[in-house]
Amino acid sequence: MAFTDEQLERYSRHILLKEIGVRGQKKLMNGSVLIIGAGGLGSPAALYLAAAGVGRIGIADADVVDLSNLQRQVIHTTADLGRPKAVSAAETMKAINPDVETVVYREFLNSKNISGIIKDYDFVLDCTDNFPAKFLINDAGVMADKPFSHAGILRFRGQLMTVIPHESPCYRCVFHEMPPKDAIPSCREAGIVGAMAGVIGSLQALEAVKYLTGAGELLTGKLLTFDALTMTFHTVQLPPRGDGCAVCSDHPEITELTDYEQPACEFKPGSAV
Amino acid sequence: MAEQSEYKIDETVDITGVVCPVTFVKTKVALEELDEGQILAVHMNDGEPVQNVPRSVKDEGHKILKLIGNEDGTWDLIVRKAGA
Repeated sequence: MAFTDEQLERYSRHILLKEIGVRGQKKLMNGSVLIIGAGGLGSPAALYLAAAGVGRIGIADADVVDLSNLQRQVIHTTADLGRPKAVSAAETMKAINPDVETVVYREFLNSKNISGIIKDYDFVLDCTDNFPAKFLINDAGVMADKPFSHAGILRFRGQLMTVIPHESPCYRCVFHEMPPKDAIPSCREAGIVGAMAGVIGSLQALEAVKYLTGAGELLTGKLLTFDALTMTFHTVQLPPRGDGCAVCSDHPEITELTDYEQPACEFKPGSAV
Repeated sequence: MAEQSEYKIDETVDITGVVCPVTFVKTKVALEELDEGQILAVHMNDGEPVQNVPRSVKDEGHKILKLIGNEDGTWDLIVRKAGA
């Protein structure tokens, strides 16, 4: 596949990088990423991955754009109010870069449909806002050996880790099971500063670019935390994968996907931050 | 271009029609398509391209064999591709 002159110019800043170059850009253009959640995290991730020229980008979200989303979900505009988020996000991606193939899933992912969807992608971004979805994505990712980026944000804090199943620790290795109901507030109750979602969602896009191109080292075996109030990043080294993990150990207890019970405040798995 | 005959040129790329950074991008793409040890001639304008492209090529580890000034003010950079 040869670049057109337009592509050479569009992707020139990538091609100039020794770590990406011509080969890396071709890998991006032949690569695919599924973004689960077109909200606070998914918006910047989708914008950057479309701009980067990732060949095929899937976007899954069953919600419609709400006025209260626009403070941080920067892929949608005021004109998109009431429209399906996945459709709105796909349109913006296409407008940025017509080279990108977008695939729209206007549905929340659950134990029945998730495996059939993630199998078509090289890398998955968990851009959801609730624990049932995070455990579902982790378990489905581990069972399908599908690499993914986990992220979570709340108020002024965010966290991030990348999972290469059966090589690096998974989300469940660190957070063994669903927190009790009401132990952790959702961002609907707790609030979230918009630019925080931009920081962490952009880091997820970076992990996807690094995974596809092979540049640098992934955030595996580590949990990155970010505190915006003190402007502090920390990277915590995690214990090795395996022993005792209910899903990714060599003798897992969990071998089937579960749709966990919703927390009290009525949100749906797969809905975005 | 007479002096080019000293070298067995495997490929030539003309970057006189583009500006920075596409000058170096086109050079990189041309080098990418060669095998290690093959020789590329890059035809470029005076000024910014000749100031920057040879340095960028060198920074990526390739061997600059010669920079030839032409009578019309353009330059030909002769580069041997380094291994990946």
